[in-house]
Amino acid sequence: MVKVLIYADQLEGKLGSNAREALSFGTLLAESTSVKIGAVLLGTGAGDGAKEAIACGADQAFTIENPILDEFQTDLYSKAICAAFQQSEADILILPFDRKGKDLTGRIATRLSAAAITEVVDFKAEADGIKWIRPIYGDKAYGEYTANRKKIVVGIRPKSSEKKEADENRTGSIIPVNCELSKVTVAAKLVEKIESSLSGIRLEDARVIVSGGRGLGCSEAFSELQELANVLNGAVGATRAACDAGWVPSNFQVGQTGAVVAPDLYIAVGISGASQHLSGIANAKTVVAINNDAEAPIFKRANIGVVADYKTVIPALTKILKQKIG
Amino acid sequence: MHIVVCLKQVVDPEIPPRYFKIDPETNRPEAGSSDMVMDSYAENALEAAIQLRDKIDGATVTALCLGDEESEDVLRRALAFTADQVVRIWDDEWEDLDGQAVGYILAQTIKRLGEVDLVLTGYQASDIEEGLVGTVMAEELSIPCVTLVSEFEAEGNVIKAVCETETGHAVMDVPMPAVFTIVSSEKNVPRLPKVKDVRLARSKPIKELGIDDIEGLDSELCQPAFTLQKVFVPDRDVNCEILTGSDDSQIANSLTDKLLELKVL
Repeated sequence: MVKVLIYADQLEGKLGSNAREALSFGTLLAESTSVKIGAVLLGTGAGDGAKEAIACGADQAFTIENPILDEFQTDLYSKAICAAFQQSEADILILPFDRKGKDLTGRIATRLSAAAITEVVDFKAEADGIKWIRPIYGDKAYGEYTANRKKIVVGIRPKSSEKKEADENRTGSIIPVNCELSKVTVAAKLVEKIESSLSGIRLEDARVIVSGGRGLGCSEAFSELQELANVLNGAVGATRAACDAGWVPSNFQVGQTGAVVAPDLYIAVGISGASQHLSGIANAKTVVAINNDAEAPIFKRANIGVVADYKTVIPALTKILKQKIG
Repeated sequence: MHIVVCLKQVVDPEIPPRYFKIDPETNRPEAGSSDMVMDSYAENALEAAIQLRDKIDGATVTALCLGDEESEDVLRRALAFTADQVVRIWDDEWEDLDGQAVGYILAQTIKRLGEVDLVLTGYQASDIEEGLVGTVMAEELSIPCVTLVSEFEAEGNVIKAVCETETGHAVMDVPMPAVFTIVSSEKNVPRLPKVKDVRLARSKPIKELGIDDIEGLDSELCQPAFTLQKVFVPDRDVNCEILTGSDDSQIANSLTDKLLELKVL
């Protein structure tokens, strides 16, 4: 019997990146507490996804291969995941606290009368139980929490766990879950989806990100950043302030509310370094800050700093990078 | 239309890390180390509530806050934004609630506020950052919830809401009553209250409710589901190497060399 169930998001039989992370997190938890873990997969392709989930550490995979679940819909997904959790008889449900997780965690916990905790980045398995670790106060501090209920729902912050290698030789059972979904009332109806992105690379997947903040002063400056990003084969991001000003669409936002990213290189241009933003780049490897205010908090986080006006430095940098690596 | 907006008072999130200290006795930020302010997404929600009310004849806004006496400040601010009614609910036992318990209590309180068509809350408060209150409230009230809503408008009995997705936006038709969790956008930038409204706000009444005013509260659900055992402040300062040069191309050159050396390109 599994003790931990992980919601593993899949598309056409392939696990998403957040699902892989959640499975790695779950595997570590299973190893340190000597329990078995299960995964739940929804929609067309759940069976193939289940095989990958088993290769990634699941001992059992629960599937609901119903095409009604091919498109994310919160009422349907809540019902499906609750049904799988109940059938699995697990005590702990883990899901990535990504866009879907933000919809699902509170709902599912309420329906299961379970305790919910979100933005978890780590855990400690101790004699008196599991301590769940999460940032608080805009990442200025970390809290260690213990659950007061038996059943718990844990939303883990994306990009906080290393993805483990899949092992094709692992075996496990695949268990279809019976769940009647045709009668679920879908209250909020999707009318339209609007995609917006300047470049083709998703922020979450980008190895290099060039981000702009309030210091840029205008939307035109972002085309300069885009040019630099193109040379580096990277993506363009922005702070909440720049998005709120309307300079770029909100899905450019990097930070706790927007995308949580972990690129190899993060170039912060005209970004002061509000904690909301810094928590979104906590796992960035190398941070370069370009800002004309030497006192800006971003320099406390950056590995390399340039105190200068971006208006002249960025074009110069783009030009030299083109020569050297282009 | 009756709009309820839930507000939260938080430690000023922009306090620089070097001034931020945790009191080990309470596991909370040291008293006096920083100001208390209205949470910024809650303020976006308040702004959105007022804007919607002003477009609909006879609509009213109730601002609701679960908090001690000190959080009256956020309700005064809501009055200065011209909220029609403000309600504070509190019990001394509620010092250490988590988002789930707060969501439960707010939902039970909202049931006492008469007919409610729309409940707004910030998507995530900047102190504990759980992002649970909105969805928990909606479940407790058995009404739909849309998260990360950046703008919306009423069309008869339906609200057209725009919410953020991973790759852009989605437009949803949502029947009322419903809960929305609000994120900041161009459309809901908080107003600067008029001096006259700030003055008027000082003398307006704040309705106070206590644990005995809410019938049938389940005492177990008013307890935090998780207990904060320990807080630690990580040492995060990294040594920043400042690159200098006589002109932009020299700086750009040394930055490029540095990045090549670090093998991050």
